[in-house]
Amino acid sequence: MKKIIALLLVVCMVVCFAACGKKAETPADTKATDATESLKQPDEKKVMTYAEYAAAAIDAEVVVETYVQANQSWWEDKITVYCQSQDGAYFAYELKCSEEDSKKMVPGTKIRITGTKGEWEGEVEIMDGTFEFVEGDTFVAEAFDATDLLGTDDLIKHQNEKVAFKGMTVEKVAYQNDQPGKDIYVTLGLAEKSYDFCVESYLTSPESDLYKAVGELDAGDVVDVEGFLYWYQGANPHITNVTKK
Amino acid sequence: MKKLLCLLLVVSSIVGLSACHGKKVERGQNPTSLVTNFEIPEKFDTSRKFEISFWAKNDNNSTQRDIYAKAVADFEEVYPNITVKLKLYNDYGDIYKDVITNIPTNTTPNVCITYPDHIATYLTGADTVVPLDDLLYDPAYGLGGSGVKFDAPKTEEIIPQFLSECSFDGHYYAVPYMRSTEACYVNKTYVEKLGYTLPEVLTWDFVWEVSEAALEKDAVGNFAVNGQKVMIPFIYKSTDNMMIQMLKQKNAGYSTAAGEIQIFNDTTQSILETIAVNAKDRAFSTFKIGGYPANYLNAGQCIFAVDSTAGATWMGCDAPLIDIAEEKLIRFETVVMPIPQFDTEHPKMISQGPSMCLFNKEDPQEVLASWLFTQFMLTNSVQIAYAQTEGYAPVTSKAQKSAEYLDYLNRSGENNDLYYNVKIDATKLLMDNTQNTFVTPVFNGSTSLRNAAGQLIENVTKMVRRGKDVDYPALYDEVTSLYHLDEIVVKKEGPLPNGAVLLFIGLGICWFSILVSVTFDKYKKRSKKKQEKY
Repeated sequence: MKKIIALLLVVCMVVCFAACGKKAETPADTKATDATESLKQPDEKKVMTYAEYAAAAIDAEVVVETYVQANQSWWEDKITVYCQSQDGAYFAYELKCSEEDSKKMVPGTKIRITGTKGEWEGEVEIMDGTFEFVEGDTFVAEAFDATDLLGTDDLIKHQNEKVAFKGMTVEKVAYQNDQPGKDIYVTLGLAEKSYDFCVESYLTSPESDLYKAVGELDAGDVVDVEGFLYWYQGANPHITNVTKK
Repeated sequence: MKKLLCLLLVVSSIVGLSACHGKKVERGQNPTSLVTNFEIPEKFDTSRKFEISFWAKNDNNSTQRDIYAKAVADFEEVYPNITVKLKLYNDYGDIYKDVITNIPTNTTPNVCITYPDHIATYLTGADTVVPLDDLLYDPAYGLGGSGVKFDAPKTEEIIPQFLSECSFDGHYYAVPYMRSTEACYVNKTYVEKLGYTLPEVLTWDFVWEVSEAALEKDAVGNFAVNGQKVMIPFIYKSTDNMMIQMLKQKNAGYSTAAGEIQIFNDTTQSILETIAVNAKDRAFSTFKIGGYPANYLNAGQCIFAVDSTAGATWMGCDAPLIDIAEEKLIRFETVVMPIPQFDTEHPKMISQGPSMCLFNKEDPQEVLASWLFTQFMLTNSVQIAYAQTEGYAPVTSKAQKSAEYLDYLNRSGENNDLYYNVKIDATKLLMDNTQNTFVTPVFNGSTSLRNAAGQLIENVTKMVRRGKDVDYPALYDEVTSLYHLDEIVVKKEGPLPNGAVLLFIGLGICWFSILVSVTFDKYKKRSKKKQEKY
């Protein structure tokens, strides 16, 4: 009898201690993967031309087929992409995208984007979008020379396009936070007027040749620049190439 | 044998109980993380060179950057053996991301600007953030201690409410650096043009009503109040704060201190339904959807712009920092008011602003060097200079009550730079309402909950703008899943953990068994004696 009781007691104790030693649950992962799940668009929609997209109202659902020209760095299953077709350009902000797919977002790649047309500080963009790769042709846009359109109302018609501005004089180059590593704010002058440009560090990283080249520009230098015609309270092109004259 | 068995059981029980209590695991922390490896050195070694890193946040404000740089230079002059490497950010979230990335490689900064919510996540790494309980009060190197070579404030000179915001799980993990709250920057000119008079305390009903009134258009399709094609009467910068404060004002659930999620309640739905009505009419929008409230306010395209008091230098047509083209700027009178309230007798508003935490390093002398620098950031020279850059309040009574700072406050409106009246009004708003401020509970997952609170408003606003109906249960499920709210482990502070309950049941069985055994033995002995007798 005593042996049975002793055995029973030992079993009880083992069970108790095992229960005590149970691991705590894993703390919550704070990573958010997709902030707009409920805002997803249905898969099958009519693909719009650029003219139809341009005519669509803000907050309207849009579907476009276009070609990747460049992208900002992938982060938390999202990617921001500069796209252009033969008839117009798009800025797709934080498309839902896996890390694996982000590596396929090379210039020229054709994708179909489904999302909502939005406007943030003047920049017309596709928000809350998803995409799929479309097999077929590729297209890499040539920079459109928009020098003569600077300061005119016609410039905005080329919003998001790959554009070039030639014979610009460097007035000021300033790092965000006054230290290299983040964006570079560039003021370029032409015909006694000043225009804001930006080296977007998520597009052209601080390790890139472009970032270093712009950082080394001095006031008075004359340059040709290329970039995407981004908008923030007016034209604010994101520079992708600079040639010092 | 029986005695031995009993003794064994008693010893086992004591060991078992003590093990259970001694190893209680706090949620989000390793059991050992409260016991830091850092011990305060007896003396700071001034013969050695130290290089420490400080990751700081500024509000896109070059004066703030200059003040950081001056603080570093001044500190290095006092302690020539310490070099401070400054890295500047514009966003708390970016610092958070970088710290998280650097924890696994043990390349965290020595000191960083932070929010307590973020520290709760940092603490999931073992021995990452230095608890400051001992450092704060150390006679030699504590705040204003005898071994500190500059005029630092004493611990009791830190505004108690601000210091308490840096304490959770029974420990101080940070010290406050600056404090702000949210303010509603109002275009008073347009409010009156619409036929309204600003009340003493702004209410949500008043803001919604005026916002709807501002949507009236003229014969050519322009908004009547501004004669423009664009008018978003009410824009909120931080929708997470919006939801948190509305719930607090309604005394509705958000979360418990233990991390129990309470946000999905009837009051939340009621709030969202009101927002939906106004968002659908385009009377309300958010920073994430449209842009900076300040830009719309200054262009005469917004009447109620809610943003941090630390954004005051961007607000108003005379603001020292303006981000829109000169031709877009319009003239109007700006009034700074506390955020709208539900109960005007008991106003409630969030307390926010940067704090500073220290990361542990192998060399305690290096940690002490970083603590000395942290203290330096609390000196009057830094506190007053930095607070003057925005609608911040210094975190020490020593600075707040100094003649220099009082003089600054009294000179409101002397110019539109250092003495910009909107900025100083914003600061006064916080100082006058410090007793009405609150913070949300800090736990591992509180950052996610905060994000979820804002996401509810963002999603509802987007849905109704896009002509969609809001399915609230589906929205709650989505946000829960998105921010992993269902994975947040709630601290067990009341009822015993399941393991402990099982232990007690087991012990009960043990003692019951002993009792049965002893009774059985006694019965057997009696039976034996009876048999011997007869």
